[in-house]
Amino acid sequence: MQSIVQAWHLEKHFAEFTAVKDVSFTIPRGKCFGFLGPNGAGKTTILRILLGLSPATGGQLKVFDLDIRQDAREIRRRIGVVPQQDNLDPDFTVRENLQIYASYFAIPRREIESRINKLLEFAALSERADARTDHLSGGMKRRLTIARSLINDPELVILDEPTTGLDPQARHVIWAKLNELRDRGTTLVLTTHYMEEAERLCDELVVMDHGLILDQGSPAQLIKRHVEPEVIEIRGELLDTSDIEQLCRIEHIGRSHYCYTHNPRPLLDHLQNQHDLVFLHRPADLEDVFLKLTGRELRDT
Amino acid sequence: MSGINWQLPVIRRSALTIWHRNILVWRKLIGPAIVMNFGEPALYLLGLGFGLGFFIGEMANMPYLTFLASGIIASTAMTTASFEGMYSVYTRMVPQNTYEAILTTPLDIDDILAGEMLWCGTKSVFSGIAILLVAALLGAVHSWQALWAIPVVFLTGLCFAGPAIIMSALSPGYDFFNYYFVLAVTPMFIMCGVFYPISTLPEIMQSIVYILPLTHAVELTRPLIAGTPVEKPLLHVGVLTIYTLIGYYLAVVLTRKRLIV
Repeated sequence: MQSIVQAWHLEKHFAEFTAVKDVSFTIPRGKCFGFLGPNGAGKTTILRILLGLSPATGGQLKVFDLDIRQDAREIRRRIGVVPQQDNLDPDFTVRENLQIYASYFAIPRREIESRINKLLEFAALSERADARTDHLSGGMKRRLTIARSLINDPELVILDEPTTGLDPQARHVIWAKLNELRDRGTTLVLTTHYMEEAERLCDELVVMDHGLILDQGSPAQLIKRHVEPEVIEIRGELLDTSDIEQLCRIEHIGRSHYCYTHNPRPLLDHLQNQHDLVFLHRPADLEDVFLKLTGRELRDT
Repeated sequence: MSGINWQLPVIRRSALTIWHRNILVWRKLIGPAIVMNFGEPALYLLGLGFGLGFFIGEMANMPYLTFLASGIIASTAMTTASFEGMYSVYTRMVPQNTYEAILTTPLDIDDILAGEMLWCGTKSVFSGIAILLVAALLGAVHSWQALWAIPVVFLTGLCFAGPAIIMSALSPGYDFFNYYFVLAVTPMFIMCGVFYPISTLPEIMQSIVYILPLTHAVELTRPLIAGTPVEKPLLHVGVLTIYTLIGYYLAVVLTRKRLIV
């Protein structure tokens, strides 16, 4: 498969800490590739390295077969970026934001307006074209930022936590738009700590923590590799877990207990007889993989 | 590890897109901008020029109003570029994240700051033209030679834009700019010959003042407004140019250090 980004042994050291340690990956063209990890895992640093906005301390990175150290401008010309925090220009209207951004890419004037009209339509913002950006809702701002990232017709779009802070309706709209983009053949690279987002959007992902890649693969592969396929969550006080432990692998977080197993039947039968317990039977998902790989303790970074 | 990128900046045409962005914003806020451009110098010239001028009459062989108007043209170029290079540039650099957005396009910090400096110079020209008009209406301008003050004001704006942007690159917040105003802008405003000829200062102070860029901006502007020959024009232009180039270079290096990490 054709690759669009190749990274070999990337390292990023700051004076007091190491943000990225020996990270290698290949991003296939036309897919959605995700970096999944808790806050402080090094996801954003990798995206900044990818754009030439943070020089790597070690390793090699090629985007479109160009070296990031020599050709960052040419690489950025072909990339669209949706940053973690909206940085729309508050002095301008929706349309003006796109016009100004187009000028940074030196897009020919006669092309700009038709391109902008299409993008406004794509982002469902045609009606708000003349609104000031600070009058837009969070979801609209995000959609405008995504539209802005497409102004140069990029081959690769990089999204740093694209739906953080949005309400559920807005998130679903963004997901639909991103799927639409990928179906058109645009390569997407995104960071997220939402498992649902990673599972819905990503064809392939890497799980990161403390600057390291812990594993990579498709969501289904990762689940298969790291956790048992069936999960039974038990809520409430468990006085004696010894009989349950014989039927599954069990993990505890506060008053919740997660039982992982290949064969849930015996455990379900066992729990059926204990009437004071609330339990839920579900297939294993990425969140289980994530918690297993990155641990369950609280992150305060 | 925390290496500083000392690479010489490259100035490209794309700097003009930043200049263009700023002029579009300025156009939206043109009302207050014009009041500011005309109002303040008019007050200086009317208040000090006529008030003080009544007692002083002539200074350095010209009417005090002319003397003062030429000084104010130069000093306003300084304050205009300094304000823009600090408050506005800092706003775009830090709280508003405008540069962050621009840096994901093909533009570099080299382009952004070249555009910002051009814009600072342009804004200085706007204020310079305003004062020139007020001064001309008050009868303080004596020949068409005064129009040459416009490129001088542009260069003066460029010259002060660099240090101001350096302050933005170093600043932890808006209050930080008070240091620069109190320690650099205000002393130059008072000492560099805006209100009186620097020859009246003690000799040791004269030699200090002569290193400061505003002195050279005033030395160029004053004869142009008064209609007399400019002395040592190459020296003055040279000093302003050197300040411009060093200021731009250091501003780029320090802004890279702040944003490209």
